[in-house]
Amino acid sequence: MSTIARRTFLGTGLLAAGGAFLAPRLTFAAAAGDSRLIVVLMRGALDGLAAVPPHGDHDYAGLRAELAIAPPGGANGALPLDALFGLHPKLDFLHESYGAGELTVFHALATAYRERSHFDGQDVLENGSARAHALQSGWLNRALAAQPRERRGPGRELGVALGQNVPLVMRGPAAVASWSPSRLAALDEDTLQRLADLYAADPLLSQRLADALAADAIATAGSSASDGEGADGMLARDRGAARYGEVIHAAAAFLARDDGPRVAVFDTIGWDTHANEGGAQGQLGARLAALDAGLRTLKAQLGPAWGRTAIVMLTEFGRTAATNGTRGTDHGTATAAFLLGGAVRGGRVVADWPGLSSRALYQQRDLAPTLDARALLKGVLHEHLGIPERELDSSVFPESAAVRPLRDLFRA
Amino acid sequence: MRATIDAAIATNRFGFGARPGELATVGSDPRAWLTAQLTGGPPTLADDGLRSSADVLAEVIALRRANRAAETDSATQVRVAVKLGQLYRPVYVSEATARLRGAVTSERPFLERLTHFWTNHFAISVDKLAVLGLAGGFEREAIRPHVLGSFTELLLAVERHPAMLLYLDNHLSVGPNSILGQRAARRRRDVRIGINENLAREILELHTLGVDGGYTQADVTAFAHVISGWSIGGDNGRLRGGDPGQFYFRAELHEPGAKTVLSRRYDEPGIEQGEAVLRDLAVHPATAHHIATKLARHFIADEPDAATIERLARVFRDGRGDLPMLYRALIDSREPWSQPLTKYKTPCEYLTSAYRGLQLPVIQGQGALAALELLGQRTYSPGSPAGWPDRAADWSGASALLKRVEWADAVGQRLGDQRDAAELAPQLLGTTLTGTTRTALKHAASAPQALTLLLAAPEFLRR
Repeated sequence: MSTIARRTFLGTGLLAAGGAFLAPRLTFAAAAGDSRLIVVLMRGALDGLAAVPPHGDHDYAGLRAELAIAPPGGANGALPLDALFGLHPKLDFLHESYGAGELTVFHALATAYRERSHFDGQDVLENGSARAHALQSGWLNRALAAQPRERRGPGRELGVALGQNVPLVMRGPAAVASWSPSRLAALDEDTLQRLADLYAADPLLSQRLADALAADAIATAGSSASDGEGADGMLARDRGAARYGEVIHAAAAFLARDDGPRVAVFDTIGWDTHANEGGAQGQLGARLAALDAGLRTLKAQLGPAWGRTAIVMLTEFGRTAATNGTRGTDHGTATAAFLLGGAVRGGRVVADWPGLSSRALYQQRDLAPTLDARALLKGVLHEHLGIPERELDSSVFPESAAVRPLRDLFRA
Repeated sequence: MRATIDAAIATNRFGFGARPGELATVGSDPRAWLTAQLTGGPPTLADDGLRSSADVLAEVIALRRANRAAETDSATQVRVAVKLGQLYRPVYVSEATARLRGAVTSERPFLERLTHFWTNHFAISVDKLAVLGLAGGFEREAIRPHVLGSFTELLLAVERHPAMLLYLDNHLSVGPNSILGQRAARRRRDVRIGINENLAREILELHTLGVDGGYTQADVTAFAHVISGWSIGGDNGRLRGGDPGQFYFRAELHEPGAKTVLSRRYDEPGIEQGEAVLRDLAVHPATAHHIATKLARHFIADEPDAATIERLARVFRDGRGDLPMLYRALIDSREPWSQPLTKYKTPCEYLTSAYRGLQLPVIQGQGALAALELLGQRTYSPGSPAGWPDRAADWSGASALLKRVEWADAVGQRLGDQRDAAELAPQLLGTTLTGTTRTALKHAASAPQALTLLLAAPEFLRR
């Protein structure tokens, strides 16, 4: 049997037992509607007060002590946004984007969740309701299902999840593709065909296999080999960095296509900085630098599609206003979020800032939330993807009629 | 027909996958095969050459002490991190290899699975470099000896283990009114030291009561004060005393005084206070429900029914956490036996069952650990204290499936000529083997392809 590239195999289609022709399951919307959305989940509770330090708030430096970011101007000082806020000094690309009007920063933002469990917090962030484990699907998937008719078609997936498995935010009634980097050689055509036959009576497996093959063809089209053989490199950091790079490349590959998906999601980890968080330098700084560099690459690889792209970066909650006993911060409440992209009407900070005085802190420990994350998400989904408001208030974010969408987030 | 389905359920869902001939041994009384494994002492690992975690950690402490003077210099920090990796990496590889080998070769695979279950319940993750070289020792020292004991003793052993204290940052947690806390407040106002709530929260949320167990933020804070001082021995900057790398109660860090947790007042001194709270948590009804739910999800189905959970929880409560009693109740339940192939295998379960079925040796450096990582489950690296998830939706993504198929293909090409997949299939799957798969194996184009198809068959992807 000849071993052929999966993308070539895909072109020949799949023959079911009995000879019936099964068209490849994974096809994407036609070019109607070219807005792209990427959702980046930052798991572990990103420290919004470090990513977007409120250097102009006179309580900030005392609370953060040796972790405080200096005001703009000094070495290791914040990158200036406005009189109150700056960006962490490692977020160079985000700062440039701000200057170019392609980044909007949101602060004192939180979901409706007020406890401090990562797992429940992420569940709320992704399920789109006000309660953990209330729903088994995610708001992004339900948004895809609610897309206006002209953007959809039978059997067409509009979304792709990049990573080993599909995160909750992308699970639900709308079919989505998934992809993650592979290390092994391609299978031969005959074996794949027999496997497809074996899975014919298994709805889960047959769908997954077909989707995987199609997604891989797209993601690796035109790529050069990335990280080398899967040897036993044990430092999590190295492998994480390689994976992140491949995910960035794949996101660009999928979304740059005229006939590709319009929505992608991936997640990043390592934001749970309980100990030795570091201020301008250190653990968090290094992660922010890596995130920032990946976003710069993403813009470069998206090419002309960048002009119609929006990237929303969200985390489940923030961290305590004061440092803890181990030079880090514990779980908090309100935090920062970012909206980045060529389509964004940026260059501003959206925050109803409550302050950091002990009276202003939520439960005397956390930045208090003044903006519901769903207001940002509704604004993005409505203005950028054309999801009708009544769907946003009902199916996409159940029981959220009181949360009004932010407006004018995008350029005309 | 019924009996042989039960045999396959016993070997493949309760165990780690049948080895050739094992289904015949399990024979007509699969339940007895399982309960027999509960005798003969706790599940140990053949640990030739594995060092104690205290030994490894003592070396780390010495390394950090040697670099103490320059520790705020980031170049030194990087150097220390590199040396730490060089120290830890070979330990990690040996431990992960031994663990896999244990699961693949065990004659009591039910106990190996239970060990993995408890390690996952009390999860630490080696993506935090500080515990990369300790996770294996943690499982061997804190988990294994108590798998056939009581939940209370298991809980106490886990929360005292330096790997857990390090992972969740408790070893440097300082009570504000402790001796060290007061001294620091008087002297160095710019450097904040204080309580770290991480371990206390995860004990309540993940290890015992569960997220709906009825505790409040005040309980978390109070409990964090209770376990301040639960630390690690060895000289570490301003802290002195204790055997390096072993559990050490540092009285000077402990927040003094009585505390109230879950509406109960604890006025024990020192370490006894924490032990008392843990003992009460271990037998709390919410803990019984939490453990019963996880056990039922792991051994029965992704969404176990409430009656089964309640029945197991009652056994837990009545036995005050006697674990063999709980396991027997699980084995004696009707639900695990009502349907085969209810659970989608995790990558570790998939690889282990393949190695068992093919009787492959686990040899360090020959790619088994790399395969686990490629399949999406790097050993001891769940990424959070919640451990690896336990539902099909978490493991059955499209790209994850493709990885398994690709791996099956690689194994088929390498080993196919040395196996007869059509003959092997009923040995591994019993009567859960479908006619479709049996036919596909018989008519495969080659022996390698047949083996690939067996390893990628729906019946082999599930348990």
